[in-house]
Amino acid sequence: MALNWFKKLKTGLSKSASKVGGALASVTGKKVVDQLTLDDIEDQLILADLGIQVSARITKKIKDKKFVLNDKKEIASLDITETVAAEIEEILLPCELSLFDNVTSKPHVLFLAGVNGSGKTTTAGKIAEQFRLQNKSVILAASDTFRAAAVEQLKTWGNRVGAEVVSGVDGGDSAAVAFQAFQKAQNESVDIVIVDTAGRLQNKKDLMEELTKTCRVLAKLDDNAPHQKVVVLDGTVGQNAHSQLESFNEAIGLTGMIITKLDGSAKGGVVVSLAEKFKIPIHSVGVGEGLDDLQPFKASSFSRAIAGLDEL
Amino acid sequence: MFENLTDKLGNVFKGLTKRGSLSEGNVDEALKEVRTALLEADVALSVVKEFIDKVRVRAVGEEVLRSVTPGQQVIKIVNDVLIEVLGSNESELLIDHAPPAVILLVGLQGSGKTTTAGKLALHLKSKKRKKVMLASLDIYRPAAREQLRILGEQAEVSVLPEIDGESPEKITKRAMAASKIQAIDVLILDTAGRTTIDTAMMSEAQEVFKLSSPSETLLIADAMTGQDAVQTAKAFSELIKISGVVLTRTDGDARGGAALSMRSVTGCPIKFVGVSEKLEGLEAFHPDRAAGRILDMGDVVSLVEKAAETIAEEDAAHMMKRMSQGSFDMNDMLKQIGQLKKMGGLGGVMSMLPGIGKLQKQMAANNFNDKSISKQEAIIYSMTKKERINVALLNASRRKRIASGSGTVVSDVNRLVKQQQDMARMMKKMGKMGGLGGLKNMMSSLGGTSQDAPTSDGQAPAMDSEKMAQLQKMMGGNMPNLGNMANKFGGMGLPGLGGNSSKKRR
Repeated sequence: MALNWFKKLKTGLSKSASKVGGALASVTGKKVVDQLTLDDIEDQLILADLGIQVSARITKKIKDKKFVLNDKKEIASLDITETVAAEIEEILLPCELSLFDNVTSKPHVLFLAGVNGSGKTTTAGKIAEQFRLQNKSVILAASDTFRAAAVEQLKTWGNRVGAEVVSGVDGGDSAAVAFQAFQKAQNESVDIVIVDTAGRLQNKKDLMEELTKTCRVLAKLDDNAPHQKVVVLDGTVGQNAHSQLESFNEAIGLTGMIITKLDGSAKGGVVVSLAEKFKIPIHSVGVGEGLDDLQPFKASSFSRAIAGLDEL
Repeated sequence: MFENLTDKLGNVFKGLTKRGSLSEGNVDEALKEVRTALLEADVALSVVKEFIDKVRVRAVGEEVLRSVTPGQQVIKIVNDVLIEVLGSNESELLIDHAPPAVILLVGLQGSGKTTTAGKLALHLKSKKRKKVMLASLDIYRPAAREQLRILGEQAEVSVLPEIDGESPEKITKRAMAASKIQAIDVLILDTAGRTTIDTAMMSEAQEVFKLSSPSETLLIADAMTGQDAVQTAKAFSELIKISGVVLTRTDGDARGGAALSMRSVTGCPIKFVGVSEKLEGLEAFHPDRAAGRILDMGDVVSLVEKAAETIAEEDAAHMMKRMSQGSFDMNDMLKQIGQLKKMGGLGGVMSMLPGIGKLQKQMAANNFNDKSISKQEAIIYSMTKKERINVALLNASRRKRIASGSGTVVSDVNRLVKQQQDMARMMKKMGKMGGLGGLKNMMSSLGGTSQDAPTSDGQAPAMDSEKMAQLQKMMGGNMPNLGNMANKFGGMGLPGLGGNSSKKRR
């Protein structure tokens, strides 16, 4: 599975990878990394959405590093690429944490939030599938009472993975739906409740307050609920992810994030600066529309894919 | 959408305009900061490079460096290049094709295609008087077709019935046939989201494109997209001919980089922007006005249009009369609050005003929002008719009554009264100044009121540097005053705007 993810990620990244390779190829034969190469490295990191600050800093580290010359008295381009990957991995590694590591309560409530179209409903379905594979019973709470057909979409996923879906009326109170789902799970001793909330832009104060309220309502049934509060980030997002994380974190206190849509041409590099700034665990990555297209996040694979290297 | 970028650029330019003379080094330094600001706003790297090069070439010319106001000149150049990048013409949908004209919507997963389909349908039906049909080709995402059907019902347009097991190609043919029979003017095809490296899905899109030969093929892109915007836009426009872009979620706090990149990369105009989750939340995109917003010169043209759309002529005339008399009582204030609300609330209006970025933040910090406006409304409603005309009646016990009647406290009532009096005083002053002459000048220096707006060749009216300087003086220079005004009004009932601007238009 992990290999599958890496392959998909790598395909997506191949364009930028080949470019980095090309830029770095020009290094061979030189004893220092010249400015042109450094500029290229920085450009490629910016293109991967790492953001201007992190990109500049990694580039500077390459510049300052004393590379060991090979027997031809040259710097091997692979050394440079490896260094770029290692720098990125160093930032990401502390945030690598499985989604399933802290599932200890019963029922365990996993709360999903994020902006519109980031892939919450699809992710809810995929997570439910993973719990099913662990022989855990799941209730899906269709807390998105706003978007047309959001409930139907979740119900289809529910059918696929054999999970019950609790829903309310369209335009109804989303917190109430979450509450009912949790209550039902308690009464019927279901293992897991996954709350799928409506997408909302982080600058809509009222809607963010609604999220806070939903969490508060869940806590009435169990002080520690929701046990996990995960933001779903679209992998194609740029620097706006910072604002998203800040607002969602402020509203509900995030315990982790999931990055979706990494099977496309986007690199999702913004998570590097997110990891550094917020230190919020990264659980999984979404790499397709299928049931099993949710893979654990691996700092090493992710970093090497951005640098255009093969998996170790 | 552009607020943050506006802030950053504003700071850069402040540094420039302070100087009496500019060296090449000053310009380079400023441009470096502009580069950072643009990259932080997710403008595509290639676009940033091109942008900076263009500005530099023009800005280091003799003429600029030796002019009396070099800083202003540079801002003007940035403004010009911005408009170039954004595309100077706004473009209408081409749907006058022999019916049915087909609009094909494509894009990544979750970019907002289905919602946009619903919004477009409503737009074409209510504003263009077209008979519209919606058809979903998304056989992959669960409940995607159901979603489109519901949106179609809300917009009250026809939706092609679903038949299970049909391929997108087959649905396309059926939709075309059904549109012909039902004499549909515009058929909107909503496709499944796809990544551009998924070759099977991309060839499916090509097939649908061939079958339907659309009059418009719109790429739906999320305003929050990062550097990938370029890849995606390029791939789509290489494989199927894109005719335009719809940028969604521009009501978020994304810095609008995608807006700047799209045009350069695809060569296609941004035709619409999504501005809310509601079905009505679709607006035409005006590149010149967007440039104005980015440089914090406001978008007074849009404001005026919006006012004209929402404010009845009699109301405006009445307000003018009251203003010229220099009178302004609680009834007037109530009316203005109503108008402000209709125009999309404080946020909606403020975002269109020049030099107001900072003020907006102050207001947010003071928790002054549309709720406070509703509160003010409630206070006025709790006054008797006599009190509304003559606030002098308001003694302590009356104020107490009003506070409890409106669910507020006496200090809220006091604040409102003070505000109304301040405004009345200002109205009186303006009346003496000959009404809105000042405002009128201000408008014409913007280079486009509704009367003399788009010139015959459709080009955005160019701003010469003199006008820019004038504008800067009137607007930029007034910024601190605006700030003071807000403080003085302790939360500024602001309104006024509605009446003024709408009147201005005539």
